[in-house]
Amino acid sequence: MPDLRDLYQEVVIDHSKRPRNFHKLEGANHTAQGYNPLCGDKVTVYVKLDGNRLQDISFEGSGCAISTASASIMTETVKGKTAEEAQALFESFHDLVTTGSVSRRDAPPLGKLEVFSKVSDYPVRVKCATLVWHTLRSALSGRDTVVSTE
Amino acid sequence: MHATTREITMQREPPGRSLDVQQIRQDFPILRQKIHGKPLIYLDNAATSQKPQAVLDTIQHFYTTDCSNIHRGVHQLSERATAAYEAAREKVRRFLNAAEAREIIFVRGTTEAINLVAYTFGRERLRPGDEILITAMEHHSNIVPWQILCERGATLRVAPINDAGELLLDEFERLLTSRVKLVCVAHVSNALGTVNPVREIIRMSHRNGIPVLIDGAQAVPHMKVDVRELDCDFYAFSGHKVYGPTGIGVLYGKAELLESMPPFHGGGDMISSVTFEKTIYNVLPYKFEGGTPHIAGTLGLGAALDYITGIGMDRIAEHEHALLEYGTQALSGIPGVRLIGTAREKAGVLSFVLEGVHPHDVGTILDQEGIAVRTGHHCAQPVMERFGVPATTRASLGLYNTREEIDALVAGICKVKEMFA
Repeated sequence: MPDLRDLYQEVVIDHSKRPRNFHKLEGANHTAQGYNPLCGDKVTVYVKLDGNRLQDISFEGSGCAISTASASIMTETVKGKTAEEAQALFESFHDLVTTGSVSRRDAPPLGKLEVFSKVSDYPVRVKCATLVWHTLRSALSGRDTVVSTE
Repeated sequence: MHATTREITMQREPPGRSLDVQQIRQDFPILRQKIHGKPLIYLDNAATSQKPQAVLDTIQHFYTTDCSNIHRGVHQLSERATAAYEAAREKVRRFLNAAEAREIIFVRGTTEAINLVAYTFGRERLRPGDEILITAMEHHSNIVPWQILCERGATLRVAPINDAGELLLDEFERLLTSRVKLVCVAHVSNALGTVNPVREIIRMSHRNGIPVLIDGAQAVPHMKVDVRELDCDFYAFSGHKVYGPTGIGVLYGKAELLESMPPFHGGGDMISSVTFEKTIYNVLPYKFEGGTPHIAGTLGLGAALDYITGIGMDRIAEHEHALLEYGTQALSGIPGVRLIGTAREKAGVLSFVLEGVHPHDVGTILDQEGIAVRTGHHCAQPVMERFGVPATTRASLGLYNTREEIDALVAGICKVKEMFA
């Protein structure tokens, strides 16, 4: 039986209660919205892209602890990275939350994102963790659409 | 109304004999299992109810001994299947106290029943400028079919509710103008548990000559429903919420209305003769039952209605009401819990939010305790918006639930609070 504390680690609870970069970003040149109709989670990601680099990033929205913490830690992690680096992180993160580990050999270190490794024990919660990443990808690709998990 | 119903029922059942919940639990094999090593506590009855052995046996019996198509063969199996199918219709008629069995149409569920009315009655009767009146507490299935119908020019009007989740009857009456051609109201709200004053709603609407459809999906499992006493024009419910199988439901309609409506699904069984020039439709109820129906499901529904009427709807209502009161008290006593839906008249539903914790997280943690609840918007997004919450956690009661299970729910919520402390 999985231990709930592995899912709701202190870091996750902390970020869900006091999300970082949680505001609208003035001067953002890329934004996208994400929506999970299953639980009603909504997120908007704002990016200030300087050339190919995510100079600044923020988010707004409402959601469960997993989705809010995932968004908060994502913004901390990708800030200052290039769009390609962010994409590579997403691929590794996706591996992590669906399988519990990262299989790619050239995967970038996930750092604090590792706290989501036990999400894979709760298949219905994977979308909570990945919604904001899908939304970031949509923002970076410049598609002006709402991302849905369904 | 209630006094009369109770008096009649009391004569049938010995008074003072309350429901033996432990005995009833024995009838539901699914309740014997463990979830994450803990006894299953099933509090998601408003989504679907569990099935008693009698229902499972009936379905098994049909497929092992009587399986055949109905209304077609002259052979023995078909005769048996047809007789059982029509006997189930008679059981539903008796259950709803409809005047005639031909007023009982078998459909897939409440959603299909409402769509049937929208696509036949609605399309034929509504003109641009006409209105359909619903309430602010409807399930999506009593909103969206009307929105689709309104694409042809009619307008959907919504009667508001108060902070307790009760319909504002004055506002409702104000909206009952001559433009309204149909009123569609939930008997019991799935998200809030509010019992609507449907008798009053029907009387007001009929005073203005407006027919009324009642969505009874959440009412039928919890209380005695008498369509003739209500005088509703349509009444819809789902088998799976009343301890029957999924994929079967009922539309009751007054015969004269059903007679006047065009068919819904064209196909076999709904015709009396077909040529390429002209097809003559079958009589009620078959006109609305095109194609081979869910025969096993229909028999299962009949068995489910036998099961609950055998226990007695009044005793079920009494048991659940006591449980609801107990649960309301218990949940209200937890700091940080806010009940959503505090109507004076309620049935079966404890919807709540916990301060600082999203319902989805509540649901995951309760699941680890073996407790099944629903979290989310409950297919009633406008209700969530009305109460300013993105979602709620909903514990919904059935006849097999106990006080001990409510206690376990309370303990589970305290665990959630610890986790997020």
